[in-house]
Order: sequence, then C-alpha cells, then structure tokens
Amino acid sequence: MIAIFLTAILTENYILCQFLGICPFLGVSKKLNTAVGMSVAVIFVMALATAVTYPINQYLLVKNNLEYLQTIVFILVIAALVQFVEIVLKRFIPALYQALGIYLPLITTNCAVLGVVLLNISKEYTFAQSMINSVGAGVGFLVAMVMFAGVRERLEGCDIPKGLQGLPITLVAASLVSLSFQGFSGVVSGIFG
Amino acid sequence: MAEKKSLGKEFSKGIIKENPVLRLVLGTCPTLATSVSVTNSIGMGIAATMVLICSNIVISALRKVIPSKIRIPAYIVVIASFVTIVQMLVKAFIPALNDALGVYLPLIVVNCIILGRAEAFAGKNSVPASFLDGLGMGIGFTFALVVMATIREVFGAGTFLDGIDSLTKLFGATSFTGFTIFSEPVGLLVMAPGGFLVFGLVMALANKVAEGKGKPKAELKGCAACPMAHSCSLIDTQDSCDNTAKEEAKE
Repeated sequence: MIAIFLTAILTENYILCQFLGICPFLGVSKKLNTAVGMSVAVIFVMALATAVTYPINQYLLVKNNLEYLQTIVFILVIAALVQFVEIVLKRFIPALYQALGIYLPLITTNCAVLGVVLLNISKEYTFAQSMINSVGAGVGFLVAMVMFAGVRERLEGCDIPKGLQGLPITLVAASLVSLSFQGFSGVVSGIFG
Repeated sequence: MAEKKSLGKEFSKGIIKENPVLRLVLGTCPTLATSVSVTNSIGMGIAATMVLICSNIVISALRKVIPSKIRIPAYIVVIASFVTIVQMLVKAFIPALNDALGVYLPLIVVNCIILGRAEAFAGKNSVPASFLDGLGMGIGFTFALVVMATIREVFGAGTFLDGIDSLTKLFGATSFTGFTIFSEPVGLLVMAPGGFLVFGLVMALANKVAEGKGKPKAELKGCAACPMAHSCSLIDTQDSCDNTAKEEAKE
C-alpha cells in the first residue's frame, strides 16, 4: 500500500514522468496559491472519480462484458460528477466552493483524472489500492505543481534569450524539474522490493 | 473559385500557420508522451487524425441540432464514441501499437485539439470545411509529433523508424524494421525530461521562425485556448485561466 502511494507520488509522478495533466501544469503554475488550489481540487476529484468509476466498471461493465465502453462511460461519469460536486459545494459548503469551485470545470477534461481511472483498471488494482493510487497521484500532482510554481517565480526575474522567452523556457525548466524526479526511480522498489 | 480557395486555406492553416501543437499549444500531453519513437508518433497521429476528422464531420453536421447549452457534453459523447471505435480497430489490427500507446490511446478523448476544434471550428462551419480543418489539424499534429520523435529517437535511442513494421505490416511489408544510427545514444532524451527539453527547444525554434515572419509567439493563453473556457465559471471575459484578473478585481 505504502509502496503504491510512494510510487504514484515519486517514481511515476503523473505530470513529470507520465505526461498527464500538462495543460494545468503549464497554465496554472504561475502563482503558488492558484497552483495549490488547483492541485487540491485535482486530488479531490481523482479520489471521487475512482470511488465512483471502480464499482461501475466492476459491477456493471465487466459483468456484462461491456469493457469496451469504458472510455465513453468514464468521461461522462467524470463530467457529470464534477458538475454535481460543483452544485453540491455551492449549496452546502460555500467556503470550500470559494476555494476550489473555480478549478472544478477545468478538471473535467484534464487527462490526469481520466488517466488515473484507466490506469487503475489496467493495473488490476483492488478498490483500496485504486483509492491509494489515486490519492497518491493527486499528491504527486500537488508536489510537482508547488515545486514548479517556485521555479517559475524565479524565472520571472531572469534575463532570458529572446527566442526562449515564454513557453520554451518554461518547458526547459520543466525538463530540469522532471530530471530531479528521475532520481527517485528505483528508490521505492529499493525500499519495499 | 473564391470558395475553393478558402477551403484550401482551411486545410493548409493547420499544418504550419496554426499548427495545433507548436502554435496553438494544444494537445501537449500526448505530444510529450508518444514522441519517444517515430513509429509511435505516426500511429498516434493517425489515430488522433481519424478521430478528429470523424468528430469534426459529425459535429458539423449536427451543429444546428445540438442546443448550445449542452454542446460540450454532446461533443464529448461524439468524440468518445469515435475514440472507442479507433481503439477497437487498433487493438484488432495493430496490437503492438496498442501496447506502445497504452493509456494514451483512450486519452485521445480528452485531447484538447479535438474538443478545441469542435468548439472553435466544427460547431460553426460547414461539413466540407470542417472535414478539411480536421484533416489539416490532424496532419499538423502528426507533423509536430514526428519532428519531435525524430529528434528524440535518433539522439535518444540511436535508431530511426524502429518497429515501423508493426504499421507497414498492414500493407504486407515486413522486411523493413528501421535503421540503427548510433550505438551509444543519449538515453535521457527518450526519458521524461528529454520530452520537455526537446519540446521547449522545438517550440523556441518555431517561435524564431514565426518571429522572422512577423507573427506573434506561441503562448499558452490560459483559458482562452482551453476548450472548456465557455463552461468555466472562472472566466466570464475569457481572459486567463490563472484567475489573476478576478483576484485583482476582488482586491
């Protein structure tokens, strides 16, 4: 369990090692507070999406040999779920809605959420393992976002060659952050394997 | 004649001028993930192009039927159906590609190029124009992928077109299985950091070329480029995703 959790955060970090959820990673990481807000919303939705799609897959799709409908069912479930959460939060927990609400619609088409759901199934995790993996993936998202927001704040004040200004230098910086995560490969299997 | 000319433009704009990856900065996730080898990127490009063309045609044909309030869910259903079809075809005919692309194949459904084109183009234009737009954008996507994959595969793995027989097999050619160029390649380039690095450098180059022609740089426009922009409660004015505007307004 711990191994799955740490693997999801460090060695298989969804952003830096598997390239899932790059759009928010580049788009929302300019400021630390928005980066944290977005990431918390992602953790929340990932956990919820897994909790809902796992039983649907297990008891509805697999039972009726409808696995090929996974993609279409999951994306609709996630989209509906996000809408539903938004409405519920707005009505009952306005404080939380204030903090996370604005990020929720962006998450529907975030490939990290659909990715984690699909990967849980392809890795044949149990329900508990899937939940751990989803939360771990979300925390990994948070770690990467926070680290990268710090790096980007530094970039603001730098004298960057003209051709590299803007997105290219951001990507090169992402490459270096990602390089640091490569250092974790083998650590988890080294400890638990 | 004028009609013909503009249709040609719809097709050609996606390849260079409005290249979805390098100019509009859409679909970055699959670009980074599948550009480790040229074979994978060709496969990914073709799969995404198929989905893009089909969904563009259907969405364009239904554009007067779909109520604008629920158009995003409707688009997602159309796209997801075609992704499922493509996924089944790839699984049946090119299993090696299915294994190589893994989770990125079903993830075409959230590829922002496809939803982005549905929202920005197919929902407003005629079927032939949408078809050409989809074809052009698909080729542009494949082109950008192949450029990146060529750099990463040649320098990162030391090979070129490795495993291409899994694709050419469909046409009965299995003899050619790719070149080996270097025996001691820079392995970093096929790993995750190399993806970001090469993408950054290719984009810098694309900016440089565009600058020479007096075009504005590619820039992630936050929510403006995001296909969810319209349904997003964050941006009413469609300015930017990172809610700086709203925050400042609050203060």
